[in-house]
Amino acid sequence: MAEEQDLLERPERPEIIAPGYTFGTVTDQISAVVLTKKTPIFWTACFGVGFALLLLFLWSVVLLFAKGVGIWGIRPPVMWGFAITNFVWWIGIGHAGTLISAILLLLNQRWRNSINRFAEAMTLFAVACAGMFPVLHLGRPWLAFWLFPYPNTMAIQPNFRSPLVWDVFAVSTYATISALFWYVGLMPDLATLRDRTTSRFARFTYGIMAMGWRGSARHWSVYETASLLLAGLATPLVLSVHTVVSFDFTIAIVPGWHSTFFPPYFVAGAIYCGFAMVLALAIPLRSVYGLKGLITDKHLDNCGKIMLATGLIVAYAYLMEIFTAWYTANVYEHEAIWHRMFGPYASSYWSLVMCNIIAPQFLWFKKIRGNPVLLFIWAVIVLVGMWLERFVIIVSSLAQDYMPSSWGLFHATRWDWATYLGTIGLFMFLFFLFIRVLPMISIFEVRTLLPQAKVEEEEAPR
Amino acid sequence: MAQIFHHSTNTFARITIFGAVFILAFLGWAFDTLNRSAYSTRATQPREQPVPFSHAHHVGAIGIDCRYCHTTVETSGFANIPPTKTCMNCHSQIWLTSPTLEPVRASFRTGESIRWTRVNDLPDFVYFNHSIHVNKGVGCESCHGRVDQMPLTWQENSLQMEWCLNCHRNPEKYVRPREFITKMGYQPDGDQDTIGRQLVKEYGIQDARTLTSCSICHR
Repeated sequence: MAEEQDLLERPERPEIIAPGYTFGTVTDQISAVVLTKKTPIFWTACFGVGFALLLLFLWSVVLLFAKGVGIWGIRPPVMWGFAITNFVWWIGIGHAGTLISAILLLLNQRWRNSINRFAEAMTLFAVACAGMFPVLHLGRPWLAFWLFPYPNTMAIQPNFRSPLVWDVFAVSTYATISALFWYVGLMPDLATLRDRTTSRFARFTYGIMAMGWRGSARHWSVYETASLLLAGLATPLVLSVHTVVSFDFTIAIVPGWHSTFFPPYFVAGAIYCGFAMVLALAIPLRSVYGLKGLITDKHLDNCGKIMLATGLIVAYAYLMEIFTAWYTANVYEHEAIWHRMFGPYASSYWSLVMCNIIAPQFLWFKKIRGNPVLLFIWAVIVLVGMWLERFVIIVSSLAQDYMPSSWGLFHATRWDWATYLGTIGLFMFLFFLFIRVLPMISIFEVRTLLPQAKVEEEEAPR
Repeated sequence: MAQIFHHSTNTFARITIFGAVFILAFLGWAFDTLNRSAYSTRATQPREQPVPFSHAHHVGAIGIDCRYCHTTVETSGFANIPPTKTCMNCHSQIWLTSPTLEPVRASFRTGESIRWTRVNDLPDFVYFNHSIHVNKGVGCESCHGRVDQMPLTWQENSLQMEWCLNCHRNPEKYVRPREFITKMGYQPDGDQDTIGRQLVKEYGIQDARTLTSCSICHR
């Protein structure tokens, strides 16, 4: 009796997917994007831009290897410059994908099913872009394997007390788990593509990648366990990876870095920026491929809300940064914040305040959240703002620390910009390749969102 | 629909999973072994010299002390390659007509040095000083091996950093009394651990923490 009461009182979940979809049409629509021979001009254009920028990246990296990190603007005292800014920015972007795929799965937020696949792909490619920067920044990138503890002829190990080494483990674990999670989730859909394609080559390739998936009850049972386990493994990573990234700064005694609130501040910032990227990708994709019925305005609205919430945490962190600097009564901390707000990097600082604190306040209005074009613009503003935030934290703190005799400014060179734009190219290249050859929305997970799936679930014998 | 893959593919797939593990492990092992091998370090490989100078003959058979030729080993970072004049001390008297020694006589006539091939060549980013080692009781033999048994000189040890650190971490295992510095085939008179510890104290050898500080060797 009590159970029945529960059932009656449980509020009806609003439908997420647009009405009129059946299991068949969902599969048709998503797999058609991949299996068609026609490629939209939008795809060709974006892929072309990505490929061009990728070539720029290769060019700048070759030049970097040939000439050394001096081609960048890094000079004492600002030795971290763009490379580490971009590293933190990219790795932050990845976090939204993991949050969507792992935490929202465990919290049973089923609306995530429409966006988790491409968000996870976004994570993977963002981590790939992020992972390159510390390595390129090494000066002798061909010795990057020294970062790992392995039996070597030097009889020494990395310095485990350094957060930079923790970073190596955090990021490599993150990349591994993200890749596994993404691939395991792909397998049932790869099998669908294998069964639907008419090309022999595609059938063979998808067949290999699907690893013999037949959709038997046993397969599904194993699949559910595996994805739940991976979600459990990935969940702490959402918090831990960017925490460790923030340790790169907080463990140092540089004024403006040495703060205890950095970890939560960085994690919130990462999710903030990551959701901005999810929106920036989802909004154009759903209109070009006619997927507005699957990635609905409700999804955009939810993402907008998460951006607003994390944006407020970030705004709070900015205020606390100023407060703690004042509260320490430490002249160096005062100067660091003063230098940031009114020094040579003031324009970057106030732009980031505009982008990250003022702009997202408009997301309180449903009208803005309900307008995809505006939401896209807002997402781009946040992406720019979060990049500026990392730039200001890194560069302005290093430019002016304890000793006035060693103060100095950072000036980005064209190769700084080329490398940064180059990784955007790499990201676009990989992402649009993914859009073309793999289903960008999880077919089988979206099918569970349909009303038909729900009816069967309720009729099933208990 | 026809099967895409033959039944045997299942077995093949399983083998590749295990195979990947073994191949990766093998590659790791192979890389490590190659890295430590004589092929890579050139240890124990005799080098060609313009004159086939034999340490085995001069040290082992005749019994010349190392310091007769390597004069600065106790006072300088560099142990000294002897000038041709040192050779001529004896070879102006013996083996006067030997064709093998013609380059030595030619060098003496013209004043142009013999271009010996360097055998023990440390990388340029390593600072090494002979005098400190010799004065703190590290015998020639400890690094250069039984030179008295080398017809053509070879590098005895790998010269890899782990080899240096072996001793810098535990100097008491390798040091000997100063009077036996140039002795070949030295055997400690008693227990090396006891003697070693005593010598470390007596010679004021720094503790392992100082000796393994980066800037001890990388200056």
